Amino acid sequence: MAEGAPLFKVTIDNITVEVPAGTTILNAARKIGGDVAPPAMCYYSKLQGSGGKCRTCLVEVSKGSEKDPRPMPKLVASCRTTVMDGMEVKNITSPKVLDARAGVVEFLLLNHPLDCPICDQAGECHLQDLSYEHGKAGTRYEFQRRTFHKHDLGEYIQLHMTRCILCYRCVFTADQLTAKREHGVLDRGDHAQIATFIEKNLQNDFIGNVIDVCPVGALTDKTFRFKNRVWFTKPVDAHRDCPKCSGEVQLWMRGDEVFRITARKDEWGEIKDTTQGKPGWICNECRFEKKQVSDWVIEGPSKVNRQSVISANHYVGVQKPGETFENVMDGRQPRLFMDIHSVSEVNKPEIQLSLIEGPAHSDDFEVNNKD
Amino acid sequence: MAVKLLLENAHVEGIRYYEAYRRTGGYRSVEKALKMTPEAIVEEVKKSGLRGRGGAGFPAGMKWSFIAKPEGVPRHLVCNADESEPGTFKDRYLMEFLPHLLIEGLIVSSFALGSNATYIYIRGEYAWIPDILEHAIDEAKANGWLGKNILGTGFDCEIYVQRGAGAYICGEETALIESLEGKRGNPRIKPPFPAVKGVWDRPTVVNNVETLAAVVPIINMGGDEYAKIGVGRSTGTKLISACGNINKPGVYEIDMTISVEEFIYSDEYCGGIPNGKKLKACIPGGSSVPILPANLLLKTAKGETRYMNYESLSDGGFATGSMMGSGGFIVLDEDQCVVRNTLTLARFYRHESCGQCSPCREGTGWMEKILKNIEYGKGKMSDIDLLWDIQRKIEGNTICPLGDAAAWPVAAAIRHFRDEFEWHVLNPEESQRRNYGLAHYADAREIVAA
Ligand SMILES: Cc1cc2nc3c(=O)[nH]c(=O)nc-3n(C[C@H](O)[C@H](O)[C@H](O)COP(=O)(O)O)c2cc1C
Ligand code: SF4
Ligand code: SF4
Ligand code: FES
Repeated sequence: MAEGAPLFKVTIDNITVEVPAGTTILNAARKIGGDVAPPAMCYYSKLQGSGGKCRTCLVEVSKGSEKDPRPMPKLVASCRTTVMDGMEVKNITSPKVLDARAGVVEFLLLNHPLDCPICDQAGECHLQDLSYEHGKAGTRYEFQRRTFHKHDLGEYIQLHMTRCILCYRCVFTADQLTAKREHGVLDRGDHAQIATFIEKNLQNDFIGNVIDVCPVGALTDKTFRFKNRVWFTKPVDAHRDCPKCSGEVQLWMRGDEVFRITARKDEWGEIKDTTQGKPGWICNECRFEKKQVSDWVIEGPSKVNRQSVISANHYVGVQKPGETFENVMDGRQPRLFMDIHSVSEVNKPEIQLSLIEGPAHSDDFEVNNKD
Repeated sequence: MAVKLLLENAHVEGIRYYEAYRRTGGYRSVEKALKMTPEAIVEEVKKSGLRGRGGAGFPAGMKWSFIAKPEGVPRHLVCNADESEPGTFKDRYLMEFLPHLLIEGLIVSSFALGSNATYIYIRGEYAWIPDILEHAIDEAKANGWLGKNILGTGFDCEIYVQRGAGAYICGEETALIESLEGKRGNPRIKPPFPAVKGVWDRPTVVNNVETLAAVVPIINMGGDEYAKIGVGRSTGTKLISACGNINKPGVYEIDMTISVEEFIYSDEYCGGIPNGKKLKACIPGGSSVPILPANLLLKTAKGETRYMNYESLSDGGFATGSMMGSGGFIVLDEDQCVVRNTLTLARFYRHESCGQCSPCREGTGWMEKILKNIEYGKGKMSDIDLLWDIQRKIEGNTICPLGDAAAWPVAAAIRHFRDEFEWHVLNPEESQRRNYGLAHYADAREIVAA
């Protein structure tokens, strides 16, 4: 995206934007925002060469460009395809895209353990979001899922390969951010795994960033593991003078306690640029070792996407509906909404609950209580 | 008698070595080509209509003319000798018995493309062949066909042999390039294409062994003459590696005018099916291409004779046709089980997927598991539709064509042999005892007579 590059018009789901030549379809769609932006599990704008792998961002190009209006024969990865002037793209308006995406989501979840209840990433997991949006409740997979042993990557990072979706983001991060290549992918196909060769600690000042780029719970912060759920903690922007990095971070706090420290992230879940305009990677010291509020200059609560579960505890003053229950019932007595028969064995009465006037009372269950 | 351009001298004694090769007219094309301009050579190859022999059948001359020529940036020619497609073993034959033919083709092609450093990337399992090639390279060098200032023209060229470590995916051209650079053999995301950014980001052409060997007769006889052999857009000769249930498996050079029936039954080629068995099905172009039942193999859906060439084999599209592919011709007789055959292929693709993109990584494993269930009597009727749905979601949605190559055999097997899958589901015990399901065959000669 060089300065002064010509502007190209591109229409995505019938909305037209102008973007500089060289922009990818994905980034053009993100400019429009909302549902028009395809989900991206492997692309990461700050990492060179990322993208193209997960295939969740597939879109249909129904018109190549003004000059060559032929549609593209296959769906393309929007994160790795650049726009042309006059291009027309279909994302959620294309049944083909939605069908392929449903397929990709199914493939990604095929061997995923779905252990969200015990996974630290739950609540800020991109795969979780993706499956809520595009996945199905059941699975058609009837086989044992693939599992791996957990690996310790040094004192701070835990690798739980079973959850990995092989997006390669952490590989690019380790390659591009740290001096020495220390980890990569071993094996191939469905037995490929992220690994250090052989069972090595990852020790350099910036390796902690792999935790931030990991879209799932495969790489987690050992100083935070199992300490709390992300939606109970409150993100707070803070900074400190750090000789190694910008020192601009997010503290994840509960009460006065700092539970976790991460880089600041934008609405696409990627790390933000710092106030100096550089990518906001943070060093291990800031991330893992400064867990006292006194280590930091607090700036204030971070802005959180309203849809995020992380915001669940932070919006006060819930709006109440204008009409009250009584208005709705129009003078009728409220009845039980839920059939307690199905809730508990203890309450199995020989009574038709719906025949009882008014809310059920314990006396109504005397029949049962007697024997 | 069929025309032979590549294997003409294959049985001359000592042809593997320089002396005999030169005596039978070897290296004439280098003498001729180095007096031409590189553009003129590309023009001859274009005129010849030569199509890539590695599988996709892309016109070689056209590919050559796409190579970018930025000032001061070296260009490379890479010979794809990774030949790992099940059923394909024609390149091996060429390299093992006629190494000088490949070297000769490489020198001419390197000159045409301006490559001073040319690589042969050979699959690791061909462990003994690099020695043969390197010996041929040394001989060529000792006789002035390689090295500095070849034939006093000022053209320098070196050929290096690089061994792979045993991965089918490294035959895909961009994975090959990554592997050649010493990295993990993951296919690259295209664009950029190798013609613009290939080995070490330099413009690169990747061609199959047979494609490059075919450049020799093209230069010797002229592109126009070469184009007269064959039919339509299937010009020249093609090596076919025939295997499976046939009397005479082996590598055959055919001109592409003969019919599939002649190829299978004539004594000059496969010599028919052993033990008086009937033909059931055939995978005509290497394991990735769709399998065809006998009736659609010998005749197209329109009832015309099917020939051994690019157009005729793909007549009818994937619904009733297949592909020329890499020329790996696998014949199945009436005793063979299509379900088992499909399982074998699915297992191969699962094992060889690089694992970069989710549909191929996860889908290939899933298909294998379902096929295993069906084959071993644990399948359900709904599994067949599920298989269909999985292959459909892999095809076209992946980075490289391995995803498609894994999907097509499954799709074709279900398309043409669905009743055999159903038979496995309905007769789990019998399908375990007998190694085949419904014999969905038709004997060739009966059809021809009818
Ligand atoms: C998974 C995969 C494996 C391949 N293996 C080979 C191979 O072993 N040999 C080969 O010549 N081409 C192979 N190809 C095709 C190459 O990508 C490429 O198209 C070919 O080398 C081009 O040469 P040609 O134009 O001379 O055919 C393979 C392609 C794919 C997708
Ligand atoms: S560990 Fe995380 S970041 Fe690394 S490849 Fe797996 S999912 Fe991606
Ligand atoms: S299609 Fe398969 S082999 Fe090709 S890049 Fe994707 S995962 Fe790798
Ligand atoms: S985000 Fe585009 S393929 Fe993964």
